[in-house]
Amino acid sequence: MAYTDQEVLAGLAEIVSEETGLPTDAVLLEKSFTDDLDIDSLSMMTIVTHAEDKFGVRIPDEDVKNLTTVGDAVTYITGAQA
Amino acid sequence: MSSVPDVVVTGLGATTPLGGDVATTWAAALAGESGARTLENDWAETYGIPVTFAAQIKVAPDQVLARPELKRMDPSTQYAMIATREAWADAGSPEVDGERLGAVVSSGIGGIWTTLDGWDTLRERGARRMLPMTVPMLMPNSPVAYVSLELGAQAGAHALVSACASGAEAIGYGVDMIRSGRADVVVAGGTEATIHPMPMAAFAASRTLSLRNDDPQGASRPYDVQRDGFVLGEGAGVVVLESAEHAAARGARVYARLAGVGLSADAYHITSPDPEGRGQVAAMRRALAEAGVAHHDVVHVNAHATSTKVGDLTETRSIRSVLGSDTDHVALSATKSMTGHLLGGAGALETIFAVKAVHERLAPPTINVTEPDPELEVPLVRDTPQKLPDGDIAAINNSFGFGGHNVALVVTSA
Repeated sequence: MAYTDQEVLAGLAEIVSEETGLPTDAVLLEKSFTDDLDIDSLSMMTIVTHAEDKFGVRIPDEDVKNLTTVGDAVTYITGAQA
Repeated sequence: MSSVPDVVVTGLGATTPLGGDVATTWAAALAGESGARTLENDWAETYGIPVTFAAQIKVAPDQVLARPELKRMDPSTQYAMIATREAWADAGSPEVDGERLGAVVSSGIGGIWTTLDGWDTLRERGARRMLPMTVPMLMPNSPVAYVSLELGAQAGAHALVSACASGAEAIGYGVDMIRSGRADVVVAGGTEATIHPMPMAAFAASRTLSLRNDDPQGASRPYDVQRDGFVLGEGAGVVVLESAEHAAARGARVYARLAGVGLSADAYHITSPDPEGRGQVAAMRRALAEAGVAHHDVVHVNAHATSTKVGDLTETRSIRSVLGSDTDHVALSATKSMTGHLLGGAGALETIFAVKAVHERLAPPTINVTEPDPELEVPLVRDTPQKLPDGDIAAINNSFGFGGHNVALVVTSA
């Protein structure tokens, strides 16, 4: 089953919230993981691990560094489901 | 004025099978409550573990900590953080230069939940599902690392490991950090979270756990003739140690002095204490000598006393070897009768009990002693607390660990 952009954003927001303690409504498409959400590399890898599990996708390490914003991640995950 | 600073205790924190803080824990101990309960799980059926009870902490961490902390910290670290925050606030959150603030928090076993969860994940789901935080969660220095991070303790962060003596040894090392001039304030203690089926099965295999499944609250019974092993507990205790000068300068409330630290190793057997108690005697003598305390001032001992056949009496014989006829006016308390055995947390929690006993001049009871072992050579506080004398008094907290580690701490009235 493919997830919509909205579903991926909502699921990602839950994962980020669990990891950082930020409210889910702070996890917006335009937010930068590092600059806005203060997520370090280890936390980012934790979020990726949970996201792979939740959405049934594979996000190779070399692609993770290109995921600057939440929107980048949503686009990547939605595309990777295809 | 002495060039070696006096060390005082200015803050206390704990989360234990008796309560989520020191006040609740101490009140329950004075009331003679047991923290042991039947476990609400299927470990006995699933794994054949012969013990169905333990002394779990009373207040679960998810009622206290933020969700990201629960996910990033092994339970042993969670307990240490809860105890640290209480101790630090209790000390009045002292303002101290980070370079003069140390942290020493030990665990006897380390992040075993994380270790074993990680192994389960690997076997069941493969390496790709391993959480990136696994290593910083399982490492045995994780509790002290998080304490150091939280408080900005830069004078040093240490995690000494000596099995069931770890918490006491951590406090002893904290005292030494202040005495040697490396720090003015040290947060020190111990933590443990091992109520997991693997360590329970392993302790059961070593035949050291009580099998009194039909009576969990009566199972930990140090010095009773029917004792049959220890009760696995969990939790953490943390104290704030401070040079007397630093504490006085900021007008801090002082509970007691941590006046003497005695360490020794049996070099006898990997699990059994030296039956002659030579290492235990050496540790107590060294601690008393360092404290400069006369034997007749020792009015209370918080015993290691885990409720095993051999260990309990070896210790009381050692106490009599050290104190001689002055043993007759000692109030001996075995608080593991109520808390169970917190392993790496035990020595820290029992130091807190000794500090409270000296401060409030009240020795906590030993419960479940219906028929005292006839070979018990030290007067035991049974069932209800015992008043301690006025004037200058001293207490000893003994902690011994698998591997032959002996730690004696001497606490004196401020």
